[in-house]
Amino acid sequence: MKRSELIRLFLVPTVAVTFACGGDGGGESAESEAPAADVITVDAATAGTLVGTISFDGQAPDGEAIDMSEEPTCAEKHDGQPMKMPAMVGPDGGLANVFVHITEGLPEGTWSTPSQPAELDQDGCIYRPHVMGVQTGQTLVIRNSDGLLHNINAQPDNQRGFNISQPTNMTTERTFNRPEVMIPVRCDVHGWMEAYVGVQEHPYFAVTDGTGAFTIGNLPPGDYTVEAWHERYGVQTATVTIAESGEATADFTFSESMAGAPVPLGEPVDLHDHGAASSGP
Amino acid sequence: MPIGRGRSCAAPRPPSAVVQAHAVVHGEAAFAASTRLLRRAALGVAFSALAVPGFVGAQEGGNADHPGKPVYDRWCAECHGVDGDGRGDAAAWMLPRPRDFTDAQYQIRTTPSGALPTDADILRVIDDGMPGTAMPGWESQLSRAQREDLVAYLKSFSRFFEFEDAPEPIEVGGAPGATEDRLANGRTVYDEMECWKCHGDQGRGNGESAPTQTDDLGFPIRPADLTENWLFNGGGSVEAIYTRLRTGLNGTPMPSYADLVDAGVLTNDDLWDLALYVRSLSPEREPEARDVIRAALAETLPSSLEDEAWAEADRFYIPLVGQIVLEPRWFAPTVDGVWVRAVHDGSEVVLRLEWNDPSQSPDPAWDRWRALVAEHVEPPPAIGPDDPGAADVLTLQLPTEMPDGRELPYFLGGSSSDPVYMLRWQSDAPAQESVARGLGQVTPLDAEGGPTVEAAFAEGQWRLMVRRPLAGAGDRLDLPTGTPIPIAFFAQDGSNGETETRGSVSSWYFLWLDAPVPTTVYTLPITATILTAVLGLVVVARARRAERAAEPTTEPPLEGATP
Repeated sequence: MKRSELIRLFLVPTVAVTFACGGDGGGESAESEAPAADVITVDAATAGTLVGTISFDGQAPDGEAIDMSEEPTCAEKHDGQPMKMPAMVGPDGGLANVFVHITEGLPEGTWSTPSQPAELDQDGCIYRPHVMGVQTGQTLVIRNSDGLLHNINAQPDNQRGFNISQPTNMTTERTFNRPEVMIPVRCDVHGWMEAYVGVQEHPYFAVTDGTGAFTIGNLPPGDYTVEAWHERYGVQTATVTIAESGEATADFTFSESMAGAPVPLGEPVDLHDHGAASSGP
Repeated sequence: MPIGRGRSCAAPRPPSAVVQAHAVVHGEAAFAASTRLLRRAALGVAFSALAVPGFVGAQEGGNADHPGKPVYDRWCAECHGVDGDGRGDAAAWMLPRPRDFTDAQYQIRTTPSGALPTDADILRVIDDGMPGTAMPGWESQLSRAQREDLVAYLKSFSRFFEFEDAPEPIEVGGAPGATEDRLANGRTVYDEMECWKCHGDQGRGNGESAPTQTDDLGFPIRPADLTENWLFNGGGSVEAIYTRLRTGLNGTPMPSYADLVDAGVLTNDDLWDLALYVRSLSPEREPEARDVIRAALAETLPSSLEDEAWAEADRFYIPLVGQIVLEPRWFAPTVDGVWVRAVHDGSEVVLRLEWNDPSQSPDPAWDRWRALVAEHVEPPPAIGPDDPGAADVLTLQLPTEMPDGRELPYFLGGSSSDPVYMLRWQSDAPAQESVARGLGQVTPLDAEGGPTVEAAFAEGQWRLMVRRPLAGAGDRLDLPTGTPIPIAFFAQDGSNGETETRGSVSSWYFLWLDAPVPTTVYTLPITATILTAVLGLVVVARARRAERAAEPTTEPPLEGATP
């Protein structure tokens, strides 16, 4: 796993450079080509589903108590002591907050952008959800449900980030225009607040629920590589085949021994391929 | 002042220091670093290895011919690194760290949050530097062409500039005038926007969230002390403050407030009022460091820190800089200056010192900050398990005897042949006096006859009052009036890991006690008046007498005056 990570770290920039230097001089042409590709349509009659469960092997690491004494409004929203958990493990050993996405095997082309916005809420001085995915160009609504000062400091590597203030109940809209796994989002006012946003050009991603389960539907039949990312345990990949109208399973197991492995964030991508825009309002 | 102004880029460093820096970058610190740092390190290695033309491998490839390269390598690389990654040999000594250009995260811009800077933005920072950091201004050092080449070269370190253009600068316009209403509204906005969360109620960078602030790379970073606008990065004018509020400071926790105007939470006028209010927290002009602290003669001395009489005493600003002469050197001090007021009555002198320090050390709220500083800054202060942290310290230094001629003892704690007197106040123990023969080589003095010391901490500021007789008891110096008395100041912030010789220092300044006006000054005019009067009378009398004697002969008889 580590090796493949390293290889990717080296390979991706190389590919990027090939594009950058072998072509006809820069991003303009590459960018203008991208929108020309057809928007992919998936035949619902033959599409299949990928399901899976991420399990955690062994004893889950202890959480760390969050001192919310300076923010009673937030503290009141929690039953008991709010905790910062390095890993959310359910009663049956399922690992939550794993971002699962297809990395290889999808048809070439452009995917339509969902009209439905995704939402990241600040509620009780924590981010809800802690891990989420959006599609490139999809509106991300950032909500402040606490009515006190938060700043939203998004720190991507493949695109320009932002750091905006929300001192009251309000929403702000942003988009990410290049794929990136993952973008850390922090609140500097409340040092414990952290979220991760995965950005994909396609809709084939999911985040595991409290039981560690995920479902990625509407997949065209084919062979795929699927990757599971966790903020503490890094990534694992598997290959799956989706038969016509079939269901395939990709289960993964993480354990505490994987903690400390390099966790990829914002792997370098070819900026030529993925539009120019900064994440803007 | 003889010491550098914290411009550690230009400061000479011993080769051993450079070796240590390498050890840190390649040694255990790398393992202790966060995953994000690890990732960046890994990316840096990967990119460097690739030698991508026109990108990160520029040093070996296409950019070797860049006209900005020789200038950069000569003047910038020691701090910012040959690869522009902010990891030059001197970087590990600095907080804040030198900018990592590969991310294209520029704090000072005229473009929206997260956006790339314009060329003019980058040039402005090269020209003006970043006050309060190790980054000097280069406008007078390098030609315009050299600086413009540098701008282009810095941009070549990041792939972002290849694919994106900086957006148009935001419209700023001119600042409105500061009226009482506007300032009051500015304060309201300050409260409602919760600026105090980081910057503190009085703006001294001591808000409750201050101890946990880190930049995007995980290095500890301080909220600006809003009472020192001459140290604001990007400028201390109302317009500059407003611009920072609109754009935020990329790569730091300081967010943009522009969306709030768009969302109708604030009006543009509110933002201007906030900028006006922030500006009003600093003096009208940057304080000028004068050589002499003048203690006026007063009939009665202020009796406490709070005494209203202090308001009448002039205050003098003494800038402090990191102690970078003796090891361990310290390039990342907290305290950057101390305000001094002094008054004497001919038999006693009282000094009141004020300095900003966001933490009242030791304070467990700052443990994480202290640990981060120890993790990231050379030379790391040792932190034991359950180490409560060091105290805050202010040391006042005088010579042991008045110097004859211009020769003064060594300003850093004297020397074996030329000792100095030190009054060391610390926040968790009684003040101590000693005779020092070099820093750390101290012989304590008997407390008998020593000064009285009173200290108070409030809202990110220490205030300290020292009162002592002019006549020095025991081995203490007699403080003469009408003569410059050498005096120096050292400050340490325990929560910033400032132990041993880590801290900030001044060189020698002078305390001047106004000479009591001699009584002749008052008696002479009276004597002179009386004498003049007497003389006048004598003259008049003589004249009269002479007049009378001469009357019959000199004056023609008035008509009709004689029969």
